Amino acid sequence: MLNSNLSIDEILETSNMLYDQMLDIRTLTMGISLLNPELNSKSIDQLCNFLSDLGKRFIDAAKEIEEELGVSIVNKRISITPITVAFPRSEPKFYIEFAKKLDQTLKEINIDFLGGFSAFITKGMSPQDRALFSSLPEILSSTERICSSCEAGNSKSGINVSSIKEVAVMLKETSLATRELDGVGCAKFVVFANAVNDNPFMAGAFHGIGEINHSINVGISGPGVIKKVIERNEDCDLLELADHIKRASFKITRLGELVGRKAAKILDIRFGSVDLSLAPTPRENDSVAGVLEAIGVPCVGFPGTTGALALLTDAVKKGGSMASSRVGGLSGAFIPVSEDLGMIDAVKNGSLCIEKLEAMTAVCSVGLDMIAVPGTTSVDTLSSIILDELSIGVFTNKTTGVRIIPVPGKKEGDMAYFGGLLGYSPILPVKNVKKSKLIERGGMIPAPITSLRN
Amino acid sequence: MKKRVVILVIGEDKVGIVYNISKILYENNINIEDVTQKVLDTMIFTMIMLVDMSKSKISISDLRKEFEAVSKEINVRIDLHHEDLFYSMHRV
Repeated sequence: MLNSNLSIDEILETSNMLYDQMLDIRTLTMGISLLNPELNSKSIDQLCNFLSDLGKRFIDAAKEIEEELGVSIVNKRISITPITVAFPRSEPKFYIEFAKKLDQTLKEINIDFLGGFSAFITKGMSPQDRALFSSLPEILSSTERICSSCEAGNSKSGINVSSIKEVAVMLKETSLATRELDGVGCAKFVVFANAVNDNPFMAGAFHGIGEINHSINVGISGPGVIKKVIERNEDCDLLELADHIKRASFKITRLGELVGRKAAKILDIRFGSVDLSLAPTPRENDSVAGVLEAIGVPCVGFPGTTGALALLTDAVKKGGSMASSRVGGLSGAFIPVSEDLGMIDAVKNGSLCIEKLEAMTAVCSVGLDMIAVPGTTSVDTLSSIILDELSIGVFTNKTTGVRIIPVPGKKEGDMAYFGGLLGYSPILPVKNVKKSKLIERGGMIPAPITSLRN
Repeated sequence: MKKRVVILVIGEDKVGIVYNISKILYENNINIEDVTQKVLDTMIFTMIMLVDMSKSKISISDLRKEFEAVSKEINVRIDLHHEDLFYSMHRV
């Protein structure tokens, strides 16, 4: 155009990304530190007021940006300092009361989710971790917007199998407590290996201990944009295709960077990071599975899937890291089953199974995500699935996590419905045993030799 | 300082699209700096306007609301984006 050096093609390209290819900001997450001496002696009501004041300002800022840029910010979330660190308590009562009151506050001010009811249990469970864990079935079943996570393994310390078993027991209880809603309570909990401090995505977001005061982290959603680019380049080879993906990733990351910078400026707080992950939603044209199939995999789950995902994740990271000086979070590609139409179809037609999903997580973030399994899956089997997934993270020095939902009363092939962005999923088949010697042994799997780097 | 906003209009071609849009801009003291307009395949009307809202009587969200009403009346899509969006995506 005459008065600006933007070309018409560039303007139309952006417009198409926003309106036809479902590009949006998947989440704007404000990290709030509770490690503040002034908060130490506050009551639950006072803590909720403190978070509510910040939350309201945050929501206003997000709306202002949406209006100015004409870009939708799908989720506005808060992450707090892990609660067991900020407020160690030996009784579950505090955690339950805080969670319930906070849930109401979040509803009032329209914050979609809050993450940080979290514990670090790689070296075992402290009294506050036990208190939190015994409160979680009630918290996750009686609140809508509170999310929880834990770290049960990392590349420096190894994997705690005893802790993992505690996680599995808690998941079973939580799923029973939300029996009417297909065990949806478990969808708000994730167990990590190598958890990250500035992840904007739920359920695993928390404001890390090293993070100062408050910060803004951004997650983008661009599977539709990447898919379109791949479809436009039908005939090119993989090397060239990776370049096209890099360019598209650069553009969508710049959008995240712009939104993050603007939010930080309005709120006068630090801009944390942009998470480069491709995040799908259960809408048409917003599927990571769709991207893999556009690259050329006959159907997600077939041989070739892991290779295509490796190419995709790497190209997205390379393009994205050029676009922002503040890359962080999980940064990879998400493959949540129930939140991705293509994944749901692949499970339905039998081409995608847990074992293949596990292999895929070796080359992308962030693990077995939104996996619905039969309600009869035993504690030991759940523990073993979690152990396998965390091992990939610990032994390849990356983040992996498990968000698994044993669905009460449902069996392989039935459908589980979680609602909204959490989507729906067929129940995946699981090789189930009642008891496993491996889990019964308990204790720790030592850290890999690569942890001795000093 | 200028506050430049890109207005994108797409829809079935008919009498009065440019009139309806520019009327709202005039009423709110928003200056049109550039216009590109084309009718594609003899049916689809597209127009890109670059406007300066620094002296505008209303905010970008109120302008969006006014356009929403017109958009329904004449059945075209009207999108508004601050020019920062395009610069950040297409310029290093």
